[in-house]
Amino acid sequence: MIGENTHKRGLRQSVDWKLIGVYILLVLIGWVNIYASVHSENPSSIFDWSVRSGKQFVWMLTAFGLAGLILFVIPPRLWETGSIPMYIGVCFLLVAVIFLSRDVKGSHSWFEFGPIKFQPAEISKITTSLLLATVMSRQNFKMSAWKDFFLVAAIIGVPMLIIVAESETGSALVYTGFIFVLYREGFNGWWIALIGLAILLFITTLTLSPYTSVLILVTILTLSNAFRGPRKYFWRRIYLGLGFVAVMAFLPRLWGMLQDSIQAHIDWMQNVTWVPQANESTTYQWAFLLKVKPLYLLLALGFISLPFIGMRAFRLKDGFLGLSVLAFIIGVGLIFSTDFIFQNVLQDHQRSRIEVLLGMKEDLAGVGYNVNQSKIAIGSGGLTGKGFLQGTQTAFGFVPEQSTDFIFCTVGEEWGFLGCLVVILLYVFLIVRIILDAERCRESFNRIYGYCVAACIFMHLFINIGMTVGLMPVIGIPLPLLSYGGSSLWAFTILIFIFVALYRQEKKYF
Amino acid sequence: MTTDTRHTRLLIGLGVVAVILLAKIFSIQVLDDHYKIDADNNTTVREIIYPTRGVIYDRNGDILVGNKVAYDILVNPRDVQAFDTLALATALDTTVEFIRGKMQEYAKNRRKIGFQSVTMIKQIPAETYNKFAEVQYRFPGFKGQVRGIRDYPINAGGNLLGYVSEVNQAYIDNHPGEYRSGDYAGMTGIEAAREKDLRGEKGYHIFLRNSHNQIEQPYKDGEFDKEAVPGHDIVTTIDAQLQQYGQELMQNKVGAIVAIEPGTGEILALVSSPGIDVSQLADIGKHYEEISKNPYRPMYNRAVQASYPPGSVFKLCNGLIGLEEGVLRPEMMYPCSHGYHFGAGHKLGCHGHKSPINMEESIMMSCNAYYCYVLKNILDNRKFNGDYGEAMDHWHDMVTSFGFGTKLGSDFPNELSGNIPTSKTYNRAYGKGRWNSTTVISLSIGQGEILATPMHLANFCAIVANRGFYYIPHIVKASEGVELDPKYYEKQYTKVSLEHFPKVIKGMWRAVNSGAGMGGTAWIAHVDGLDICGKTGTAQNPRGADNSCFICFAPMDNPKIAIAAYVENGGFGATYAAPMASLMVEKYLTGEVKRPDLEKRMKEANLMSRVKKD
Repeated sequence: MIGENTHKRGLRQSVDWKLIGVYILLVLIGWVNIYASVHSENPSSIFDWSVRSGKQFVWMLTAFGLAGLILFVIPPRLWETGSIPMYIGVCFLLVAVIFLSRDVKGSHSWFEFGPIKFQPAEISKITTSLLLATVMSRQNFKMSAWKDFFLVAAIIGVPMLIIVAESETGSALVYTGFIFVLYREGFNGWWIALIGLAILLFITTLTLSPYTSVLILVTILTLSNAFRGPRKYFWRRIYLGLGFVAVMAFLPRLWGMLQDSIQAHIDWMQNVTWVPQANESTTYQWAFLLKVKPLYLLLALGFISLPFIGMRAFRLKDGFLGLSVLAFIIGVGLIFSTDFIFQNVLQDHQRSRIEVLLGMKEDLAGVGYNVNQSKIAIGSGGLTGKGFLQGTQTAFGFVPEQSTDFIFCTVGEEWGFLGCLVVILLYVFLIVRIILDAERCRESFNRIYGYCVAACIFMHLFINIGMTVGLMPVIGIPLPLLSYGGSSLWAFTILIFIFVALYRQEKKYF
Repeated sequence: MTTDTRHTRLLIGLGVVAVILLAKIFSIQVLDDHYKIDADNNTTVREIIYPTRGVIYDRNGDILVGNKVAYDILVNPRDVQAFDTLALATALDTTVEFIRGKMQEYAKNRRKIGFQSVTMIKQIPAETYNKFAEVQYRFPGFKGQVRGIRDYPINAGGNLLGYVSEVNQAYIDNHPGEYRSGDYAGMTGIEAAREKDLRGEKGYHIFLRNSHNQIEQPYKDGEFDKEAVPGHDIVTTIDAQLQQYGQELMQNKVGAIVAIEPGTGEILALVSSPGIDVSQLADIGKHYEEISKNPYRPMYNRAVQASYPPGSVFKLCNGLIGLEEGVLRPEMMYPCSHGYHFGAGHKLGCHGHKSPINMEESIMMSCNAYYCYVLKNILDNRKFNGDYGEAMDHWHDMVTSFGFGTKLGSDFPNELSGNIPTSKTYNRAYGKGRWNSTTVISLSIGQGEILATPMHLANFCAIVANRGFYYIPHIVKASEGVELDPKYYEKQYTKVSLEHFPKVIKGMWRAVNSGAGMGGTAWIAHVDGLDICGKTGTAQNPRGADNSCFICFAPMDNPKIAIAAYVENGGFGATYAAPMASLMVEKYLTGEVKRPDLEKRMKEANLMSRVKKD
């Protein structure tokens, strides 16, 4: 094949070698750290098949072979034309694995063929990306059209839901990263902001109070309206909105004082039996106020003012203001259902992981053990680390899953902050390189697929490292290219090299 | 909005996330130290090496408290296989229920214990351990670990030595940073007073362990290990033989004997009866309840903690003060008609002896009336212009200069100060100006508000023996690594001039050496050739029969021993206290006792039925 293309750009110019270099570097870093993460009395060779580093070496070689296959043998056009059958096939595998697999820590997501195990969920990221790129690159595709939006949502949602059904919620979370791809292709950014707002409200409701959450919601809506709306209303909106919030911030205390005085009066009345008809006293008519929480007052005030704001939005033809009214209603709904979602929708282990993350519960022996040990391992590394093979926290087994999901702990412990910096910068370089290459593509299929790859790597990176340092709840997904495991390494290799091949195709002919 | 800004925004977002991650990593790796400490706690385990506790010697180099080997039985629950509970219980001298209970406890805490060994039984004696060692192969997971415990080669000391036991939480809290659970410390007596010298320094070996608590390897090849430093030995001033002899004499009696070497202030014997037998000390935990329930309170060290009225012994003090104040001259004669008559028909009684008598004879015969005159002279002294209060306080100052009414400052813990009244005492009771010398007349014969410990009395005796000064009594000698407070080398003078002491000593000599029938109260204490000088005391005891008290020193010239004996409910001073003190002196000075009948009578006397229980 190489010979055929000599009249176009050569291998040197057409392949993004820097990207491949970073890829290889990350895989090697992973391999070395897998070796360091498993301690044994008599250190065996890094190539020894009986230890994980030896196995990983084989996965590496096969992954490189796979990369070569994708880059030089498989015709790149196949990815676009075959995307629909591949997507359907993988979805079928995703469902099949639920029924055919063993129960591994409560989840059904692994196929086992003798010593080889693989997770269809890893591959479905690739097929979903390919189908997304296929669909979104069609001539008549418009992100703002509802029909197209729902189609895209379905492509992302179907594998996501099946994976949730496999009890691999963590892997499913990665799919939310595709929203960045949608954003790039014209999806309204305010939706992303709304999702962010929903997550924020969920957290503040759990950690602070529903009352505070409502105030935060009002503040954010006020500010976004003030900045986005007509200039001349800017200050008026600031005064009204923030003034309301400021007054309401003091309401609970004032209301509490009022309730205390009513209660005191009622107590007094009950002791003073000599007052005739004490029970009919007016005091008792106000007793219902004791049952009214400040939150209800706040909401009552809010909903009374909603029609006026709505009217105003209609008269000014200010769609954003109208949407804000809608957002307020949905936001309040979310705040009130937070407790329900938290207690009834989430599974026990997920709930406790979130509780630990948000500091609502300290549980160092149980759910918090992993994160605490992981932070100890990374934290003990200091600026320059303890040195290769000198780590004790990971090697002596204090950190769980030290060569797979928590491989970053070994990096942190043995190579210190400088090691972490290098690894994270390599990832950032990888993602930026993919995005920039994607932007250079003339075919939208290639661009969109590139963004999908970047989004997947980014989500894995953020969730995994965030988890090891305690910024994210414990979600068991691998760190791309570094974590031990053939299935994960192959999947990311295929994911990345399809893009490298597509990009090479572009460079060759344009 | 153009796509250009969108992809830029995404890149900025990526940068922000990367910075957030790096900032968090930076904060836990570089800014926050506690993860490094946690990591060390995670992976290192310190094996404590206990130092050998210092040995306690007597003044002649005999061991009072040594160390002997005992064994803790350790269990590693993970290694335990099904075993014959009854056989193990028999081998370890314990019950099947105990072992079952322990094994259940370990099963419950198995996660916490992990692969570590835990102590199942503490301090089993070597004989029991040997029995266990023979069958140990049948009980995998069980093993013995050497742990030194206290050993008492001679039955001397008891309360004096004190006991060592495992520290409790309160003790750890009171000594921040010094002890950990599982450590031992001296709790009473010398063991407590010299804890800092005796305990030594713990050492440790650091090992690396994995998450299953299995030891992996020595940490940095033992570079940071610390070896234990054995405790300093303590040489006491006690004479073990004399101490033991005193304990034998005092058996089945309540009271105390304190012997001091006057020339140095060194305590030769400090007997408190009933006391704790040394056989109970080593395993105090097992006997603690029995001891604390004993109605005679063996834990209570009467030698320094019991405040008794000194009785007639105190006449010496009043006599010396009278001489110093010039209101008494040795040749002054006072009459005694079976007591001292004062006021309207009041009388302070006395026993039958010749009358009138001079000072020497008053000491020899222990005349009460004579000292009533003496005290009256002291308090009615013209220089105070009839101000009894001032006279009283002056008397108080003189008395306390003998150490009475104060803590002597010995190195023995829990010393009490006794009591010497001042004018305030009586002003409070009678009102200012509404009392006079006759009101307080019982002070003349060491009764009333005067209280002194046997240690005070022995010290007083040493002052007389030294003719006017004392060294603060102490129980520890300076030795290698153990320094003595310089105060123990300083002569402490009283407010009575040295010239007056020989005058009372003559009386004390005659009290002992005048021969039977001559009126000397302490003739029974006489030993040929020893020149014992003594003074009896018979103190009224509101709780029953009179207390028997005696102080003496010997030989008269160049005294080697000053001793005070106090026997509760013992009757006259000459009945029990004087013979005992005399036997002690004989034992100490000659090394043997030539009065076997007297010795036998003293040892076999049982006064316990007379003593009122608490």
